[in-house]
Amino acid sequence: MTALLEVRDIEKSFGGVQAVCGVSFDVHEGEILGVIGPNGSGKSTLFNCILGQLVPDRGTVRVNGRNVTALRPSRLNRLGVSRTFQLLQVFPELTVRENLILAGQEHRGSRLTRLFGARDAGLGSEADRMLDFFRLRRLEGEKAGSLSYGQQKLLDAAMAFMSGSRLVLLDEPAGGVNLTMLADLRERLEAINRETGVTFVVIEHNMEFVMALCTRLIVLAEGRIIAEGAPADVRRDPAVIEAYLGH
Amino acid sequence: MSARNSLLIGLALLVLLALAPVDLNDIGVPYPGLRRYGTYILTLWLVTAIAAMGVNLIVGYAGQETLAQAAFVGIGAYLTAIVTKAGVPFGVAFAASGLLTFVIGIALGFPALRVQKHYLAFVTLAFSVLCWLVFRNEQWITGGVMGIRDIERPSFLGWPLRNHIRFYWFVLGITSIMTFVLWWIVRSPWGRAFTALRENPLRAESLGVDVRLYTLLAFALGSAYGGMAGSLYAPLVEFIDPSPFALGPSLLFMLMVVIGGSGTFLGPFVGAGIAVLLPEWLRAWETWYLLIYAVLVMVMMAFFPSGIVGLATRLLARKARS
Amino acid sequence: MTDFLQLLISGLATGAIYALAAIGFTLLWQTSQTINFAQGEFVMVPAFLALIAMRWFGVPFVASLVLAILASMLLLGVAFRYVVVGPLIRRGVLPLVISTIALSILLKESVKDFYSAEAQTFPTLLPDTLITVAGVSVSLAQLGVLAVALVTIVLLQWFLAGTRTGRQMQATAQNPTVARILGVPVERMILYTFLINAALAAMASLLVSPIYLAKFSNGETLGLIAFVAAIVGGFNQVRGAIAGGLLIGVLDNLAAAYVSTAYRQAIPLILLVLVILFRPQGLLGRREERAV
Repeated sequence: MTALLEVRDIEKSFGGVQAVCGVSFDVHEGEILGVIGPNGSGKSTLFNCILGQLVPDRGTVRVNGRNVTALRPSRLNRLGVSRTFQLLQVFPELTVRENLILAGQEHRGSRLTRLFGARDAGLGSEADRMLDFFRLRRLEGEKAGSLSYGQQKLLDAAMAFMSGSRLVLLDEPAGGVNLTMLADLRERLEAINRETGVTFVVIEHNMEFVMALCTRLIVLAEGRIIAEGAPADVRRDPAVIEAYLGH
Repeated sequence: MSARNSLLIGLALLVLLALAPVDLNDIGVPYPGLRRYGTYILTLWLVTAIAAMGVNLIVGYAGQETLAQAAFVGIGAYLTAIVTKAGVPFGVAFAASGLLTFVIGIALGFPALRVQKHYLAFVTLAFSVLCWLVFRNEQWITGGVMGIRDIERPSFLGWPLRNHIRFYWFVLGITSIMTFVLWWIVRSPWGRAFTALRENPLRAESLGVDVRLYTLLAFALGSAYGGMAGSLYAPLVEFIDPSPFALGPSLLFMLMVVIGGSGTFLGPFVGAGIAVLLPEWLRAWETWYLLIYAVLVMVMMAFFPSGIVGLATRLLARKARS
Repeated sequence: MTDFLQLLISGLATGAIYALAAIGFTLLWQTSQTINFAQGEFVMVPAFLALIAMRWFGVPFVASLVLAILASMLLLGVAFRYVVVGPLIRRGVLPLVISTIALSILLKESVKDFYSAEAQTFPTLLPDTLITVAGVSVSLAQLGVLAVALVTIVLLQWFLAGTRTGRQMQATAQNPTVARILGVPVERMILYTFLINAALAAMASLLVSPIYLAKFSNGETLGLIAFVAAIVGGFNQVRGAIAGGLLIGVLDNLAAAYVSTAYRQAIPLILLVLVILFRPQGLLGRREERAV
């Protein structure tokens, strides 16, 4: 079985500080991989290197066997890799529905059909499905900026699925979300994974959320992978306990 | 507002504007119409509004800064003046003005947008001064400071437009078409992408929006609006020299769009109206006019950065709620 | 060759003045993300403050120079910080850009309406006596300008690198958030930057006006040169602004001698375009991480 995402020997340093030192891992079709680690362990840098936001000093990233290292984020996205950001990133002046259509429009038709064709770029029914799925239907006409934090977080996640991406990278999806909303979010993500087989990579601080959601975990500390395996095994790994308690 | 309502309101405004300079006493309405100078001011407003719409696309929708709109107007004006004097039909000159400024927009924007925000402002600033130098120094083609005089007004399908009201109607027609085109663009997925890259380019890029390309398109389209406005400006004023295309007027274009309300559809019309009418009203204050205007802009930015249209929308919304 | 050396020295003299204006521009951008589109007018106004002191109030020449610098720090430093930039900083970049553009018009028009629309001669500290060394003649005034500007730049560099306050300012410039966490009084550092910018602009103004006369419209060219110098040298560094300023000064003087005067103004602009095309991070700048 070839890996959907293949990360090999990624290295990145900032002015002498090595943030990521030679990280390699594979992500397989349909799994939910969690990437955890204490603050400053290099999770976000790794994420940004994979996603073309930063250019890694060394190493390669492959999606479906194709080398995508340092590809611009918009190109990568059009190859079927979506992401969310750690801080909330919706477009506050656009309505909920417009946010969703925007998230998918660059994947449909050509530049010309996007100018002369339908306003919703043929994504109306797709947006409807997503509104229902993430239970945002009654808010579709509201400006995204007027939504509550948790609702914006749901919208943010929903946008990652509008393009029909097969691989979605979520950067701290649970951050700042209250408990009921959190259960909701997790349950929706699991449902989407089950129903469509979309693969996830999740960076998260909230251990409980990760343990419940992910099928496999990678633990980073000081820019290296120190443990890897099923959530239950990782939880008992002495190296992991050391990394978390040692800081 | 629904698309149908906007179109209906637009058509109603168009009819009113078309009738504005006409003496209606003949058909029993006690309205004397506008005199020659009034019609001229109204035409100047429309031409300014076209260029301002272009600035609004760049500043208000794509979130960039352009300091060369007057230079683009100048390129359109000089090109039209020179080639129509050589016997080329106005329609060809008009299209060529739009095309040339679009291409220049791409050529200027491409290197600038590779770097970082604000570089477009600096590049356009430099371009603006360069253009002005060329307009002033290349006497063999631009006439230098003496300018080009006696620019003919064209005829439209064999219908001569020498008469000021006819020329006004002609400009009104073109303005309506260009307004409709822009309205179409900002409502299309392109417009959504423009808004997205203004609000959050990083996120837009991660959603597959090619931020660099869309910004470039917005800048080139906006500049082309400047070029086409210039193409109408030359036969309107019938005499051009370098002064209205210098850096100062380019800065005023930025100010008028923000005063009117950048990123709002009607903002450029309001801003252009103020920019064209204010000096007329403040005639007695002539030397003080720019000073007062600058202070107004600064106060406005501090208290209502969304401009007059933004402020009006907010007041209307509040009224509707109470 | 001697011609060339003469041009080089006079070029360095004007270049050092440009560098003063460009340094202030860079510092403001770094510490408070303020792109000051009125920077050129900031270099135009102080000369008129000195002229007002001399001609309206009869203050002696040297005293009016000092007064002009102090008044500039108050007007273009403190007042600019709190009246213009203060209310706008949280509104985002565009309102601030527009407001500094409006400010440039305001300053220009004020000088034109309240003082004069004509170019004013401006006295110089040192006489225009020519000194000839090994066949190269330079005026004492030019050497003076060069010396004053260079001493100012060296003092500023020493202040930024060698004093505690200077290092705190640099920390603020590099990363205000981290600086705040480290206990740097960021607000005060930002105010200092505005004061330094105003003082540098005033110095530039008093040095440049004897050469090019004082005129309300001088700001257009001076501002443009300050932007270009900052970008050509490397937008994110003080030494970049110095190098950029000197380079443009020299090119400008060479162009005046060897290229048509009609397009002399175009030289810095062409330089700007070339730099953006081939070395966008500037001559001394480091490449930053991808912006998008």
